[in-house]
Amino acid sequence: MLQTRVIPVLLLKNKGLVKTVQFKNETYIGDPINAVKIFNDKEVDELVFLDIDASKNGTEPNIPFLQQICTECFMPISYGGGVRTLDMAKILFKIGIEKLIFNTLLFESPNVVTDVSNYAGSSSVIASIDLKKNMWGKFNVFSHSGKDIRTKDPIAFAKETENMGAGEIMVNVVDNDGMMNGYALDIIQKITSTVAVPVIACGGAKDIEDFKKAVRSAGASAVAAGSMFVFYGKHKAVLINYPDRSILEKELI
Amino acid sequence: MIVIIDYGMGNVGSIQNMLKRTGFESIVSRDRSVIDTADKIILPGVGAFDAAMQSLKELDLIDLLHQKAVVEKKTILGICLGMQILAASSEEGKLKGLGWIDAEVKKFQSDKLKIPHMGWNIVHDVKQSQLFANMHKPELRFYFVHSYYFNCHDKTAIIGETDYGKRFTSAVNKENIWGVQFHPEKSHKFGMQLLKNFAELN
Repeated sequence: MLQTRVIPVLLLKNKGLVKTVQFKNETYIGDPINAVKIFNDKEVDELVFLDIDASKNGTEPNIPFLQQICTECFMPISYGGGVRTLDMAKILFKIGIEKLIFNTLLFESPNVVTDVSNYAGSSSVIASIDLKKNMWGKFNVFSHSGKDIRTKDPIAFAKETENMGAGEIMVNVVDNDGMMNGYALDIIQKITSTVAVPVIACGGAKDIEDFKKAVRSAGASAVAAGSMFVFYGKHKAVLINYPDRSILEKELI
Repeated sequence: MIVIIDYGMGNVGSIQNMLKRTGFESIVSRDRSVIDTADKIILPGVGAFDAAMQSLKELDLIDLLHQKAVVEKKTILGICLGMQILAASSEEGKLKGLGWIDAEVKKFQSDKLKIPHMGWNIVHDVKQSQLFANMHKPELRFYFVHSYYFNCHDKTAIIGETDYGKRFTSAVNKENIWGVQFHPEKSHKFGMQLLKNFAELN
C-alpha cells in the first residue's frame, strides 16, 4: 500500500481554478468540477482545495459551490479558506469535506481551531504554516494567503498548532510556490523533527524525485503539489495530470 | 430502483453520482411512499449512532425499513454509520439499533493509535463475496473515517476485515443485508466497483 500520500493542491478563485507563483500572478487553469472529474479517473487519494481570496477579502466559504465539488469528488477532500467559526466547520463537514485547513485562524482565533479539533477529531484539522524567507535568509510566518507577516518562529509555531489540536501540519513555502525548484527541505526537516503529527510538504515540487527527497531526507508524511499537476512540459501548458499509480508505488515505498 | 435514504446524516450526493457513473440511477429520498417502491436501499450515514436512530424514528422510517429488509428481503447496504446501525446497540449511544445483524458497536481503545481511524486502509475479503468481485488484487483499498467499530458476534456474517490496532469487521453480509464500514463513495475505483457490484446483486 502506498503510505505516502501524493496530494494535488487546487486553488479556488471566484469558482475558477487558478495557479499562483509565490502566492501571486494567478494563471487561470479551468473549471474545478472538471478537474475533480479528471482526478477521479487518476485514482488520486486525496485532494486539497484552498480558496485564496476568502481570508484576504474576509468572505465566507461558498457552500453551494463546495457542495457541488463534494458531490462530484470520489475521494476525500480537504478545504481551507474563510472558515472562522465552529458552526461553519460543522456545515462543511456535513456537505462532505473531510478535513479543514486553517491558516489565518491559527493566529486570530486559535480557540476555534481547538473547538473544531474537539468536535471532529484532530485528524480533521490541518494547520497550514505559510513561510517566506526574509532578506537575511530566515523564515517568517505569514497569514492571510501570504499577505501578513507574523512574529512567530516557524518551528515553535508548528509545535503551537499541534497543541491547538491540528492533526496534520502543511508546511507551505511561499518562495517556492509555483517555482518548481524543489521543496524547501531544510525547514520541512526542522519541523518534521519537532512535531509528532504528520507533515505535508508543499511548495516547489517539480517531479517524483522531489517527493522522494521530501519523504526521505525531510521526513514528510505526505507530499503536495500544484504546478506539477496542472501544468505540462517546459512551456507550462495547462493540463491536469497525475503520475501513474504504479510509478508512485514503485518510487515512494 | 435504488433508493438512498436521506435522513440528514451527511452528504449523499457522491453516492448517487458514483452509482450514476457505473450506469445505475438512484433516488435520494426520505419519503415513505418512495422508499416503499425501492428494489434496493442504501442506508448512508455520518455522525452519531443515537442521532441516526432518532432521525429515522422522527421520519417514521424504522417500521418501513424493517418491512423492506426483514419481511420483503430487499437488498440493503449500510455505509459507515449506516452499517453500524444494523447492529443491536452501540457504546456510542443509548438507543437501540436496527438489530438485523448480531453485533454491537464498540469504541476503539488505544493509547498508541489515533482515533478516529481515518484514511485509506486495506480490506481483507475473508470470504468470497459478490460485493468484492472484479476488484484489483492484491490490495482492496478503501477510505475510512470512524471512531467506533462493528463487533460482529455472528461470525458467518463477516465478509471483510481490516487491521487498525486490532482486526475489526469492515464488511458484513447476512442474506439480503450488507454493510461496509468504509466509504465506497470516497474510494474511487474500488468504491465504484463495489457500488456497481451492489447494484448488480440479485
